[in-house]
Amino acid sequence: MSEGHSTYTPKTGLGRWFDARMPLPRLVYDSFIAYPVPRNLNYMWTFGGILSIMLVSQILTGIVLAMHYTSDTALAFDSVEKIMRDVNSGWLLRYLHSNGASFFFVAVYIHIFRGLFYGSYKAPRELLWILGCIIYLLMMATGFMGYVLPWGQMSFWGATVITGFFSAIPLVGNWIQELLLGGFAVDNPTLNRFFALHYLLPFMIAGVVVLHVWALHVVGQSNPTGIEVKSKTDTVAFTPYATIKDAFGMIVFLFFFAYFVFYLPNYLGHPDNYTVANPLKTPAHIVPEWYFLPFYAILRAITFNIGPINSKLGGVLCMFGAIAMLFLVPWLDTSKVRSAVYRPWYKLFFWLFVADAILLGWLGSQPAEGSYVFMAQMATLFYFAFFLVVMPVLGLIETPRRLPNSITEAVLEKKNKGAGGHPAGAVSAPETKG
Amino acid sequence: MSATDIHDPNRRDFLYIATGMAGVVGAGAVAWPFIDQMQPDASTLALASVEVDVSSLQPGSSLVVKWRGKPVVVRNRTDKEMKDGAAVSLNDLKDPIARNANLPADAPATDANRTTPGKEAWMVMVQVCTHLGCIPLGQEGDFGGWFCPCHGSVYDTAGRIRKGPAPENMAIPVFKFISDTKILIG
Repeated sequence: MSEGHSTYTPKTGLGRWFDARMPLPRLVYDSFIAYPVPRNLNYMWTFGGILSIMLVSQILTGIVLAMHYTSDTALAFDSVEKIMRDVNSGWLLRYLHSNGASFFFVAVYIHIFRGLFYGSYKAPRELLWILGCIIYLLMMATGFMGYVLPWGQMSFWGATVITGFFSAIPLVGNWIQELLLGGFAVDNPTLNRFFALHYLLPFMIAGVVVLHVWALHVVGQSNPTGIEVKSKTDTVAFTPYATIKDAFGMIVFLFFFAYFVFYLPNYLGHPDNYTVANPLKTPAHIVPEWYFLPFYAILRAITFNIGPINSKLGGVLCMFGAIAMLFLVPWLDTSKVRSAVYRPWYKLFFWLFVADAILLGWLGSQPAEGSYVFMAQMATLFYFAFFLVVMPVLGLIETPRRLPNSITEAVLEKKNKGAGGHPAGAVSAPETKG
Repeated sequence: MSATDIHDPNRRDFLYIATGMAGVVGAGAVAWPFIDQMQPDASTLALASVEVDVSSLQPGSSLVVKWRGKPVVVRNRTDKEMKDGAAVSLNDLKDPIARNANLPADAPATDANRTTPGKEAWMVMVQVCTHLGCIPLGQEGDFGGWFCPCHGSVYDTAGRIRKGPAPENMAIPVFKFISDTKILIG
């Protein structure tokens, strides 16, 4: 759908002069005004725009926070308290930044689950999906290093545990861990390099976002039916239709964000992080930020040796494997039908997977003892089974529902039903259609 | 076309390969300082050994020093603790290796191998849980040794893992008594 010719015609002399030399206004016009989007996009498709503003918001608040922050173990904690108490509006900027990270992840998780539900990763959108996975990885690295900067107890011990993962790698593990830490334990060199990288990575994310959007504009957006755009009646112009819908989605999202910033600013944090880091005393219960909890639960679920792999390395491999699954999804899903709307069994397993991910998150916040361990092991098993068994097998044995012939037909069908009328033609009882 | 379609290695091929190799070596030489700077620096390595005065430690008391950013416990064990530690059969140990940097890597985890000859009362040990790096509490848990509050690992009076998720005995660093009251760690 992107191969359509540009319809941009500069109206002024200056516009024509510019267009002949560097057609940036043409690029913007073609990408965000005339760009055709499927007419049936629902609110799940507004999260790309929401993620963009969250990235911009994080970069803006982050840059101004960096003007007041000191990345030295003796001063870091106090400099954050100084931001909270002395710097004008510092409390607001810091709460925007710390809660902004959480809401960035809220949005990215909805965005990823939307992709899994509607099969957005299927050909020709594999590369688009993988670029998204890379952004997610970069976000995790950025979020982790950002959490270390306030130099509280959770900062320190979270960094100790997470860099400890690398020591599980055979032979070179300890060397890699020392390379990351710049010493034998988390200390001043660690804090300094984490600050430098925490400043760098968001710009790398922005770079990959450009590639992500580029790939999106080559293959076009997917849509709730999963049927490719076939004619002009299947699409509407980006502006005003998608622009207004995105704007409304953003406002609702920012409403929730603002509620947390102003009324529950520490709800998603951990009280131990308001205690300065102490390398000689461990908090009773180390938990990472909420957005890492499902992976933390998977890490701790491996309490047994698997052949030559000991439990520690096994846990680390499973944790990274859980993320690696996402990269493989375009090839694990064998179904020719994209959208779960037309895949009754996949739809069921998708929601079970969502429940499983939430269960893992809850288990990650609980102590790793007693029945929690067994539950985490079962939930981990289902997590991997969803990708490695359900996705490939279901595509082969599932009978999908009848697909509409086009997006336009799907929209009109829905409209007729909504109006209480009967769908035209042979579209009765689609759930029984083989 | 020329008569020689079979491509003989000639001077130009040699130049391509030589240039390519020089490029690879050059790129490596430029990349290395960027990796090297991340390794522990001189000031960090300078802290790689510490001297501890243990003259004040009566049996049953311990002190903790920071070595390489980690806590190292020095404990003057009581007679009972030593007896308990020596009474354990190697078969009861989850990790039968001494993990003592002063001994060969495969030395068995006997009570004697966890200490130093002639100074069996003294435990010198990196007080970091081998599970996920938390700091266990001293003289707690079922075996009167150490107990990690994070995930419930229990160590005995010689710092050996007895129960819980930790895979190994707590590490014993390189150390020696430089006099009766002074220990050099590292």
